[in-house]
Amino acid sequence: MLSGLAACSDGGQVASGGAIGSDPMAMAGTADAIPAHAPARFGFGSEASDARVALWDIDVRPDGEGLPPGSGSVAQGREVYNIYCIACHGPTGTEGPNDRLVDSEQWLEAPSTRTVGNYWPYATTLYDYIRKAMPQLTPGILSHDQVYAVIAYILWMNEIVPDDAVMNAETLPAVVMPARDKFVADDRVGGSGVVR
Amino acid sequence: MPRDERPRLSRRAWITTTSGVIAAGLVRTQSDAIKLVAQEAPTDPTRVPGRLVSELGTRAPAEQPARLVRAAALSSSSRTPLADLMGTITPADLHFERHHAGIPDIQFEDHELLVHGMVDRPMVFRMADLMRYPQVSRIRFLECSGNGGGVYNRDRMPTEITVQALDGLLSTSEWTGVAVSTILREVGVRRGASWILAEGGDSAVMSRSVPLDKVMSDSILAYGQNGERIRPEQGYPLRLFNPGYEGNTSVKWLRRIEVTDRPTHTRDETSKYTDPLGDGTVRQFSLVMDAKSVITFPSYPYVLPDAGWWEIRGLAWSGRGRITRVEVSTDGGRTWADAALQGPILDKSTVRFRHLFEWNGRDTMLLSRATDETGYVQPTVEQLWEARGTRTSYHQNHQRAWKIASTGEVTFGLGELV
Repeated sequence: MLSGLAACSDGGQVASGGAIGSDPMAMAGTADAIPAHAPARFGFGSEASDARVALWDIDVRPDGEGLPPGSGSVAQGREVYNIYCIACHGPTGTEGPNDRLVDSEQWLEAPSTRTVGNYWPYATTLYDYIRKAMPQLTPGILSHDQVYAVIAYILWMNEIVPDDAVMNAETLPAVVMPARDKFVADDRVGGSGVVR
Repeated sequence: MPRDERPRLSRRAWITTTSGVIAAGLVRTQSDAIKLVAQEAPTDPTRVPGRLVSELGTRAPAEQPARLVRAAALSSSSRTPLADLMGTITPADLHFERHHAGIPDIQFEDHELLVHGMVDRPMVFRMADLMRYPQVSRIRFLECSGNGGGVYNRDRMPTEITVQALDGLLSTSEWTGVAVSTILREVGVRRGASWILAEGGDSAVMSRSVPLDKVMSDSILAYGQNGERIRPEQGYPLRLFNPGYEGNTSVKWLRRIEVTDRPTHTRDETSKYTDPLGDGTVRQFSLVMDAKSVITFPSYPYVLPDAGWWEIRGLAWSGRGRITRVEVSTDGGRTWADAALQGPILDKSTVRFRHLFEWNGRDTMLLSRATDETGYVQPTVEQLWEARGTRTSYHQNHQRAWKIASTGEVTFGLGELV
């Protein structure tokens, strides 16, 4: 059922199985959703222009698709962090009060020990999330350069990139996160005698 | 009080008073008169006209069920008072909440849904557009995959915990909207597509990837809940609703669907809502909610006042389909009996189960276990932790137990472990 899950552990690779090569509409399983005599198209709604799509299409994927132009260094990121992030994440990314960002040790029992350094599988997710949701009280305030910079700094704090690292649309997807290979597809199934 | 024993003097007194007021011209309408009567009348409700109709109903003053709020924060949750509820439908104002950046104020007239990506015709839908499409309604449960996370670790096992605090991130509603398949039919999904990204219009812009075959099969773009427009806490004016999937995927305040050929790996499907297992791997996209049941009565902090006949009541549900069986043990898991299931038993919905038992007044333990139509049986805590380890607090669907002490006090337990 979960088509494309083979792609989970290798990120940007094109998913396989499931709908590929088949008619996606053949999957519609809600017999009562639409009557047999419905028109091929209803026409309710309006076509979205390229500009309209671009305005909201801000997600970023592990292969780098969606990353905007711009760049930022570790040093620049330190300045961004100390202005916008330090109050919630602490001087070294470990103090809180909100989510801990830094830990190079293996994650332990408690969820609070799972950090960018030891748990996040893809560096691109930092861009997707920070641009959308951070800083929590003023989301969307950071420029593209500032987002790249603060990601460089967070990765540097986690000892994943060197002092002179610069993050941009080419370098960020190339970062290999320590936990990347830990992620596996869901193997739970229904049926008797199976607990996974 | 027998009818013939009702006090009479006071009735005569207030009629006299009321008549005097009316005679003085202070009361001009029947409504005024009844208000006056209601204020001054004796407490016997058969001796005084009742209140008038109103535009909005209210609960009886003594009946004030409430969601449990542990901390009021932007990223926070509140829990449904399962022990206060009957049947399966959750009143909309008691539906649990889980937000990632608070509840946005969105106007119905302003809201737009953008659908684009691997489609023939990228489109923008306003709410009036969506409501004109063929409509569907389905009664389905919604459960946060963090529900029950309070008992994932044996070192943190509470005993004095209510079913609301433990498993109150579960609610059931009749959801109304347009099938996702109807809208994807309108925009035309291209070959090769296999996932969607659903994105919310809150200030977290909360986003989740969902398999295309799931949303094509039974997901809804929901704008209605239990007969009314969906409430702001549940995503007004529009949410994605994925029956049987972990609640976080049913993205609220939905503003965008992008059809893709791979998952996006957002923050809430990588760093959160993933399950670190005992073998050092992390299970990702664990989307389906496994079968589960909870006994809602008796439960902490109820105290059984005496031995004798009591009816055990609870809820069972499965993200994989219908519940086919719920068994109850009243002896700590040594023997089991089939509970009665209250129909209709619906796909991916809660079912109310009941079992009558005669408590002998001695220490014992009540358990329940659900079976769904795939044959999956709700596991014991040992089975679940053997399979997954104890690092993940998500998807804790193991059997719960309530210990009954000879004093009648009911506390939470975990079967053989406690």
